[in-house]
Amino acid sequence: MSVLQRQKKKKSILPGFGLSLGFTMFYASILVLFPLSMIFLNTASMGWSEFIKTVTDPRVVASYKLSFGAAFAAGIINVIFGTIIAWVLVRYHFPGKRFIDGLVDLPFALPTAVAGIALTTLYVPKGWLGQLFTFKIAFTPIGIIIALTFIGLPFVVRMVQPVLQNFNAEIEEASASLGARRMQTFRKVIFPELVPAVLTGFSLSFARALGEYGSVVFIAGNMPMKTEITPLIIMTKLEQYDYAGATAIASVMLVVSFFLLLLINIIQWWTNRKFVHS
Amino acid sequence: MAGHVPMQRAKTTVKLNHSSLKEPKVVQWLLTFIALAFLALFLVLPLITIFMTAFQKGLETYLTAITNPDALAAIKLTLIVVLITVPLNAVFGVVAAWLITKFDFKGKNILITLIDLPFAVSPVIAGLVFILLFGAQGLFGEWLFNHDIKIVFAIPGIILATLFVTLPFVAKELIPLMQAQGSAEEEASLTLGASGFKTFFLVTLPNIKWGLLYGIILCNARAIGEFGAVSVVSGHIRGMTNTMPLHIEILYNEYQFAAAFAVASLMSILAIFTLIIKNIIEWKSKHI
Repeated sequence: MSVLQRQKKKKSILPGFGLSLGFTMFYASILVLFPLSMIFLNTASMGWSEFIKTVTDPRVVASYKLSFGAAFAAGIINVIFGTIIAWVLVRYHFPGKRFIDGLVDLPFALPTAVAGIALTTLYVPKGWLGQLFTFKIAFTPIGIIIALTFIGLPFVVRMVQPVLQNFNAEIEEASASLGARRMQTFRKVIFPELVPAVLTGFSLSFARALGEYGSVVFIAGNMPMKTEITPLIIMTKLEQYDYAGATAIASVMLVVSFFLLLLINIIQWWTNRKFVHS
Repeated sequence: MAGHVPMQRAKTTVKLNHSSLKEPKVVQWLLTFIALAFLALFLVLPLITIFMTAFQKGLETYLTAITNPDALAAIKLTLIVVLITVPLNAVFGVVAAWLITKFDFKGKNILITLIDLPFAVSPVIAGLVFILLFGAQGLFGEWLFNHDIKIVFAIPGIILATLFVTLPFVAKELIPLMQAQGSAEEEASLTLGASGFKTFFLVTLPNIKWGLLYGIILCNARAIGEFGAVSVVSGHIRGMTNTMPLHIEILYNEYQFAAAFAVASLMSILAIFTLIIKNIIEWKSKHI
């Protein structure tokens, strides 16, 4: 993805360096860099003790725990089922496979609010799926995990799928011909190759889930201390015109996002180094 | 994977046991069942729910819901936002990809990270930053108030927030594609005397058209459906600053479920179209 292989190139003879550099920097700075720096500027003007008080408020801390916990759980579910789905789509043949393959991207294409109300309707106590359970799903952390699983599913499938597709069958054959049983081949030969893709898929779906708002607000129930995710706290503070409070919490989320982005890049860099020798 | 030295097929007479190369049939069945059941539960069932609930009070209620003036205003606003944001970000994506893949310069990785950022940032924060800039207490708030210009809680704010959220889509599709294609064809074209613009339109553009279209499709889907960021900056003024997702939220919170799902079904149809076009593009780019 973002870590491009550094290649030593001769000076390019192609035109447009100055123009494209100027335009790209201008556009990205005006729309991304400058607006995002406002978060840190405003937080800096807030005063340290006030900042700490806001971001360690018990209600806010409860929301961190919920957001992290639910995003982590959803990421793990997606790693398990996303890998199985990728495996089945690449290795097995069954009717309607192409259709199902195309369907995997639905969470990317469907507006989050639409997904949110659909999942809520399914999992409320009287809904099609909700009535099958003796405990509540919608308006509990389980509901949040379900929404986040929906949102993150394509990330893992789409990361693992190409690795399986490009996997060298001869290595598997070699492993088998040396006497490995199928499970051994999977554990010792195939699985290690999948690890970077699985990790990247997990981090991407985790990062997305942390900030997710649209699909979660409907199913979460939004009870303070219980089912209130961090983005919702920011939203609530904004509605109360508490801009300073909203900004302080946003700065904490931003730092976490930067860290995750760095982590994803490190995994990618590590993968490229490991597998691509020029 | 690239980098693995292809092994010579040894001409041995060892017959590989089939069971050591493929999972037992039972396992294959079980895995396929798990995968399909999971997808049915998480993807198909929600889709069915949308259409079932949309039509549960009959066709008439459905048609009333989607021809309601507020619904039509929301559809119109969503269209306006998409028509402005998608072309802008498409142009940006092409220019940024050209810069990143055709030239070497210091700070390239920082620039790539900067372009990536909107994907990592919560949509709520994407909305918040524009409130901090253009809101009443924001950096430019007073100046805007004195000049009677409204940005947040008005259409320009919605456009800015959508631009932010959808900024990476086209660039992210084009960078790996153009990286893989290299610059040899462009260099040949220039050496033969074509101008830079001619080279771009006659050499580069045809090479990247499927990737570009792919990025535009994804950018478009997100621009139509963006909820969190737009929700922060819109001000929720019915018939004025409500996009389709915000209109759905209002209807849903007023317990007008059939109407909410009617509008949601329109958006789902768009999403299904997006998936179909996306798959056609994938198929085309593989077979041409």
